[in-house]
Amino acid sequence: MKQIVILSGKGGTGKTTVSSAFAKLLQDKITIDCDVDAANLYLLLKPQSRNQFEYFGGKKASINPELCTQCGLCESVCRFDALHNYVIDPLSCEGCGFCYRVCPDDAIEFTETKSGNYFECNLIDDSKFYYAKLLPGEGNSGKLVSEIKKSALTNVGENIKWVIVDGPPGIGCPVNASLSGADFVVIVTEPTQSGIHDLKRLIELLKTFSIKCGIVINKYDLNEKQTLQITAYAGKENIPVLGYLPFDKDYIEAIKANKTIVEYSSKAAKDIENIWSKVEFFMDISKN
Amino acid sequence: MTISVASGKGGTGKTTVAASLASVIPQSVYIDCDVEEPNGHLMLQPKFTLEESVNKLLPEIDYNKCDFCGKCIEVCEFNALINLKFEILLFAEMCHSCGACEYFCPQNAITEIPKELGKLRSGITENGIKFYDGLLNIGEATAVPLIRKVKAKIDNEKINIIDSPPGTSCSMVETVKNSDFCLLVTESTPFGLNDLKLAIDVVKNINVPFGVVINKYDETFEEMENYLTENQIEVMLRIPFDRKIAEAYSNGILPVNNSDKIRREFIGLIATIKKKIKSNVTQMTQKKQIFAD
Repeated sequence: MKQIVILSGKGGTGKTTVSSAFAKLLQDKITIDCDVDAANLYLLLKPQSRNQFEYFGGKKASINPELCTQCGLCESVCRFDALHNYVIDPLSCEGCGFCYRVCPDDAIEFTETKSGNYFECNLIDDSKFYYAKLLPGEGNSGKLVSEIKKSALTNVGENIKWVIVDGPPGIGCPVNASLSGADFVVIVTEPTQSGIHDLKRLIELLKTFSIKCGIVINKYDLNEKQTLQITAYAGKENIPVLGYLPFDKDYIEAIKANKTIVEYSSKAAKDIENIWSKVEFFMDISKN
Repeated sequence: MTISVASGKGGTGKTTVAASLASVIPQSVYIDCDVEEPNGHLMLQPKFTLEESVNKLLPEIDYNKCDFCGKCIEVCEFNALINLKFEILLFAEMCHSCGACEYFCPQNAITEIPKELGKLRSGITENGIKFYDGLLNIGEATAVPLIRKVKAKIDNEKINIIDSPPGTSCSMVETVKNSDFCLLVTESTPFGLNDLKLAIDVVKNINVPFGVVINKYDETFEEMENYLTENQIEVMLRIPFDRKIAEAYSNGILPVNNSDKIRREFIGLIATIKKKIKSNVTQMTQKKQIFAD
């Protein structure tokens, strides 16, 4: 079983387009959407059925005004600006429990709170698909990513060859969590200044994890000069370019039709198949 | 006055909108809180004048005092410490710097020492925009403390434009909360619509007034229009889907510097936002008065 994680650094470069195309193309796979802030993959993969699970991301503190003597000790120890006038703002509360432990009147409750849901689904080809929804404004998205991956990867059938993970944007905690157990990372980038800037930061992060990766340049014909720049940079870093996808309205039309690009355009399907065969090739090479 | 620019989905054009707004406001302050992937500097090209370290605090254990009682492990909600009986092992990336371990250590064996989390950069652009951004160190997991430091640069005498990280979780909330107004940037696709709904939930939750900008606007995507009409949400600006805008963006050129029409639209947008903020303030004061009476 091999796990492929699709990342980008910058948002909106085409992670979900590529992930959904792989998911459609491959047999014997599990698909996981790790963008728990803004999950989109289910819109294209259209699960047939789903089981819902609740996610408890940590504890939150609240003050019982009947017991509170307004000594102010809690406010003085809170480093997250969550305490004002003996009331705790649940959105600012980091769940450290310092106030709860320090309160001399036992006036603070500290309880597990629900911070999201995750779903185990069946796709039309009978494969499993997992995604999650963080409640608005919740923290601990990295922990939810770990939880959903853990639940997806326990009791995996022996026939499963591929795990496709659609990653979150950025380079912070949910990205780190999505990388655990990865065999190969497909980076989707675009030939824009922001795309390149964020690509470089992501590659620096991947180096610290020593995970092999390859690059897909999406919208490559938007700025061929910058596409060349990315190609040159990839060469210097010894990272393979897995393929080039054009700036083409078909990609948006496919999303608007709630379809993966491989269902929508036979030309794009060929491009994606080529990219996938390079993923397999470079993953094998990297073993040696 | 503080206006934040956010979106659920990444890549819808937050930075383009935020930088464009800052460009059409004389003497504005631009604050990039997308510290994982800050891009505002690529569009506004500030001259950086200062770079400061932003630190987080990590516990350091004095083994001359530590008797491995395990109190620090007990009070740590984030499982950042492990008691090996001959060493207290720290997982720095799990530590939220709450300070509980230091406070509760019965032997006073813990001191908190600063460790760099990222950089806070200050600068100024050619046309006088004050520019601030945060750059999270690679491998660092927690962005929120850095976002707080960057946001502390808000200048209440001026108009501040804050560029938010994507998503709907803690980083975005930390960035957007206490803004006078939030612009939510979306795009005419089901992804854009889905994530816009999530972002609207968040800004409503934290009581920040908001309006919507549709970027890469495509009138044939009717679901977006229907949703916005049904929920009486105002679209404050539509930027058309245009390859030329995308090409200019790829070279770091803002649409306001490329098209007089779009420039005028952004000037109109800021005027509308100012009016809205003013009327919100009036309403709040009136409510307060009614309450006082």
